[in-house]
Amino acid sequence: MNFAWMAWTAPTAIFFATIFLILVGMGVWEYARPGGAPRVGILRFETTRGDRLFVSLLGSAFICLAWLGLVGPNLWWALGLSLVYAVLVFRWV
Amino acid sequence: MDRPTNQKAWFLVLPVLLLVAFSAVIPLMTVVNYSVQDTFGNNEFFWAGTAWFEEILHSQRFHEALARNLIFSAIILAIQIPLGIVVALSMPRKGIGVSICLVLMALPLLIPWNVVGTIWQVFGRVDIGLLGHTLEAIGIDYNYVRDPLDAWFTIILMDVWHWTSLVALLCYAGLVSIPEAYYQAARIDGASRWAVFRYIQLPKMNRVLLIAVLLRFMDSFMIYTEPFVVTGGGPGNSTTFLSIDLVKMAVGQFDLGPAAAMSIVYFLVVLLFSWIFYTVMTNFERGGQ
Repeated sequence: MNFAWMAWTAPTAIFFATIFLILVGMGVWEYARPGGAPRVGILRFETTRGDRLFVSLLGSAFICLAWLGLVGPNLWWALGLSLVYAVLVFRWV
Repeated sequence: MDRPTNQKAWFLVLPVLLLVAFSAVIPLMTVVNYSVQDTFGNNEFFWAGTAWFEEILHSQRFHEALARNLIFSAIILAIQIPLGIVVALSMPRKGIGVSICLVLMALPLLIPWNVVGTIWQVFGRVDIGLLGHTLEAIGIDYNYVRDPLDAWFTIILMDVWHWTSLVALLCYAGLVSIPEAYYQAARIDGASRWAVFRYIQLPKMNRVLLIAVLLRFMDSFMIYTEPFVVTGGGPGNSTTFLSIDLVKMAVGQFDLGPAAAMSIVYFLVVLLFSWIFYTVMTNFERGGQ
């Protein structure tokens, strides 16, 4: 199959492969410890680990956009900030 | 928690997964790929990095269109949700009136978007349209082609006419599912009309209201056809919403890279607001039970 029409680049392929691996990892985690580990965190509502992943990814997207809009094109710092944010979300939300 | 014993049911989800992959995920991936490149046609692409995102995020044109979209959606929700609830509460629960009401309410929903736009484009015209002509006859200076406020008034009125019945029908479905015993208990307790609404009807409608708010927000935030047919985004850019601007950029100017970057930012904003509405309303529901 030819996927040239999708205009793939190495960075976007790595990006989607990472998302895919994260989803596989979440699947394995759920298989090992079913139930989604629901809990009420600092946002005062119940979240499962799937919710926490969604909040992490969505928040990371906005962190990167805010970095691009306010600071500049070097997104490595934004990526680092997103990882810290994701850890905080998984720990406290 | 017990481990689920049968995981085979997951295979039943596969067809939906494939459908979503082909209709949403693969196109979205392609848009992401476009957003970091530039093209002049012939399927030839050149790496542009995050340049288009920076351009969009600093673009006044984008900021203004986003603001218009947010204001439009806020107005639509502020009108259609309360109005839909009032209409649903006023609809009959028994007899021939139910069928008549349901058919009448469903009629605007059956009309295609571009036809709705055309109807209101003619309806609002000062020379031949009933609305425009009547407003002018009673001394109101109304012209949606010339005045931005009139253009907004027409588009909002059109959307309210087109979609309030969806909210009303959803609320009606919630209302008719309330058992009569709840009302009997309220009568015994001497509850007022407001108390019945606040403590019985509103909590029972919460689930359908969540669907109504989500549908109306997403739909109004992504509105394209009706304002495009009625005003074409004008006068000036006063009714140029994100979707109209996006089509101008992607199809009119063939700026696929900036248009893809704009699509992604647009998508993320829709996703964020939908998540906020969903979370707030589902937790309100849990708190109310």
